[in-house]
Amino acid sequence: MNDTHRPVPHFTIGARLLSALSLLILLGSLFPSTSFAQDWVRTGSGLGVEKVHLAVPDFKPSNSDPQNDALLKAFNDTLWNDLDNSGVVELVSKSFYPLQAPGQPPEVTFGVWNSPPPNAAMLAFGNLGVAAGKLTVQGWLYDVKNTASPEVLGKQYTDVATSDAARLIAHKFADEIIFRLGGGIPGITESKIYFVSDRSGNKEIWVMDYDGSNQRQLTHQGSVSLSPRVSPDGSRLAFSSLTKAGWDILMFSLDLNRLVSFPRFGGTNLSPAWSPDGARLALSSSRGGNSQIYLCDVSGANLHRITSNKGPDVGPVWNRKTGAQIAFVSGDTGLPQVYTIEADGTNQQRMTDQGYAVSPSWSPNGQFLTLAWIRKYGPGEPGSSDIYLMDIASKQWVQLTHDGGRNDYPSWAPDGRHIVFQSSRSGKEEIWMMLADGTKLHQLTFTGRNTQPNWSWK
Amino acid sequence: MKHQTWKALATVIALAGILMLGACHKKAAPPPPPPPPPSAAPTASISVSPDTIAQGQSATLTWQTSNATDVSIDGIGAVQPSGTQQVTPTDSITYHLVAKGSGGNQEASTRLTVTPPPGAEAAPPSSTEEDLFGHNVKDVYFDYDRYDIRSDQQASIQADMLFLNQHPNINFTVEGHCDSRGSTEYNLALGDQRASAVKSALTTAGINPNRIKTISYGKEKPFCLEESEGCWRQNRRGHFVYQK
Repeated sequence: MNDTHRPVPHFTIGARLLSALSLLILLGSLFPSTSFAQDWVRTGSGLGVEKVHLAVPDFKPSNSDPQNDALLKAFNDTLWNDLDNSGVVELVSKSFYPLQAPGQPPEVTFGVWNSPPPNAAMLAFGNLGVAAGKLTVQGWLYDVKNTASPEVLGKQYTDVATSDAARLIAHKFADEIIFRLGGGIPGITESKIYFVSDRSGNKEIWVMDYDGSNQRQLTHQGSVSLSPRVSPDGSRLAFSSLTKAGWDILMFSLDLNRLVSFPRFGGTNLSPAWSPDGARLALSSSRGGNSQIYLCDVSGANLHRITSNKGPDVGPVWNRKTGAQIAFVSGDTGLPQVYTIEADGTNQQRMTDQGYAVSPSWSPNGQFLTLAWIRKYGPGEPGSSDIYLMDIASKQWVQLTHDGGRNDYPSWAPDGRHIVFQSSRSGKEEIWMMLADGTKLHQLTFTGRNTQPNWSWK
Repeated sequence: MKHQTWKALATVIALAGILMLGACHKKAAPPPPPPPPPSAAPTASISVSPDTIAQGQSATLTWQTSNATDVSIDGIGAVQPSGTQQVTPTDSITYHLVAKGSGGNQEASTRLTVTPPPGAEAAPPSSTEEDLFGHNVKDVYFDYDRYDIRSDQQASIQADMLFLNQHPNINFTVEGHCDSRGSTEYNLALGDQRASAVKSALTTAGINPNRIKTISYGKEKPFCLEESEGCWRQNRRGHFVYQK
């Protein structure tokens, strides 16, 4: 097999632009130039962006401390998982690796790695060891085709000797690799997903790491709490909760780990959304009669309405790039459809043409919406909805999920490559993650019913 | 002489004809008489109107049979093949009819449900205002994705209004509910519009709006859990709750 690899891109500003363009080409190639929207997403080499073949042998112990085994397992599993789900590398299967894996640079035998069976372009390797209660990890990223000067990355990390610390170091190292091989877009391994879970007996707001670890409860309202949305700076979380007065927007301080004050508006108040500058909120309120979209300052002051539709308006989300437009759901024409509107209330545009469309989420680059859509709707329809990707400028769309069940509430990752959503495909509502082309689909939650995920902004 | 001859000749010819015919007839053996046809099977049907009554009320039982010689109804006894009868049972009962004929048997039955007397008419001494409210104020049901009051729900609204006018000191909440399909957030907003529509219908007809609170539960607090048309229909409603 004659495999030609492109030279590793130089990481300058030019490369950042190149990779941003690659991402756009990747996503742009999903939309054909004809007026018919594609139904299935083509994956694999047909998309024109070849992923780097990366080999990641298990890190080796650097000494014989008894704690090493457990920490190595935590580290290696996390590192592999982070890179496997990153969407920027193709991991070479461990079954192709030589028996002797390197733990230090002198141990690297280039010929073994850059030719069959592994046929890798890059190699990540290193060692881990506990000494005097501290954990030290050394990691390298090598271009195994460039035997003269292979080192792309060499890092050393030190922390307390716990599994959590080992996982965190793996995340940091994985992010370094993803940043370099993914063209300058920061990795998401340390990002968080906020969601609703009923496993405590009531629907409350929970948080977890992006890979599903460390799931923990944030609110203890003892009622029904929904629609968590974290602020751009990660300091606060807005959500909607059923209080004695009705449905109110509540504000939770993640720094202080408790509710902080926020005004009550009257009526039914739902689905808060942060502007990208963190200065304003959009929300749905029925204080004026029927549910419409309102904006207010982050303090709750200056509340004013921007839509005037007949049917219920709900679920706003801001354009993450410009902060100047808002997408939302309206039942104005009957079944709910997705619309966009300028933040000053002008130029309302309808984005979906039929069926039942809800839950828009705006991509970080400002170009795409994901939404939950039942395109063919009829009387008695059992309500199987799927996640769709829509190019805002052309309104052309691509269907991302196909395996049935109810799929709803998609949320973009800050890297613009991943989408988290809720799905009932396993039998009950759980939170799932996938790449923005519909691949690498995997389940994150397993206990109770888990819904309405919201990805942090960084 | 000629006339008499012709007459005699005609008679002879006629007689000969008859004889010949008779002879033809007599010559073929007569076919055996056909066996008697088998008896038709009896048919039977029975119905009662109305099919639900309050205790103390009467209903009319109606039945029809054919090809039956012996018809009886359990609890009543032998009856005419077809007829009607007024009945005043104290408990729910199934009327079972058996029709017998030479062609066989046929059965039919119908059920009459007897409910305890309505609270407003015969409230037991321990009945509270809240009980009265629960008995008399009917929930309002909606079509999928709709929040307008259906024409077939107007009767419920009218009945509710009547009771609420008769008890002006009662305050209450209208809860808006949706079926399990569709999005959590949209259903909360839709439930809100359903509750508002019911409140609006009542206040337009003169009920003081200060008596009415509204709240939406979307699909968060369903009345039934099955994924079926019947259950979905049950959940799409404005639900009245007495305010203590």
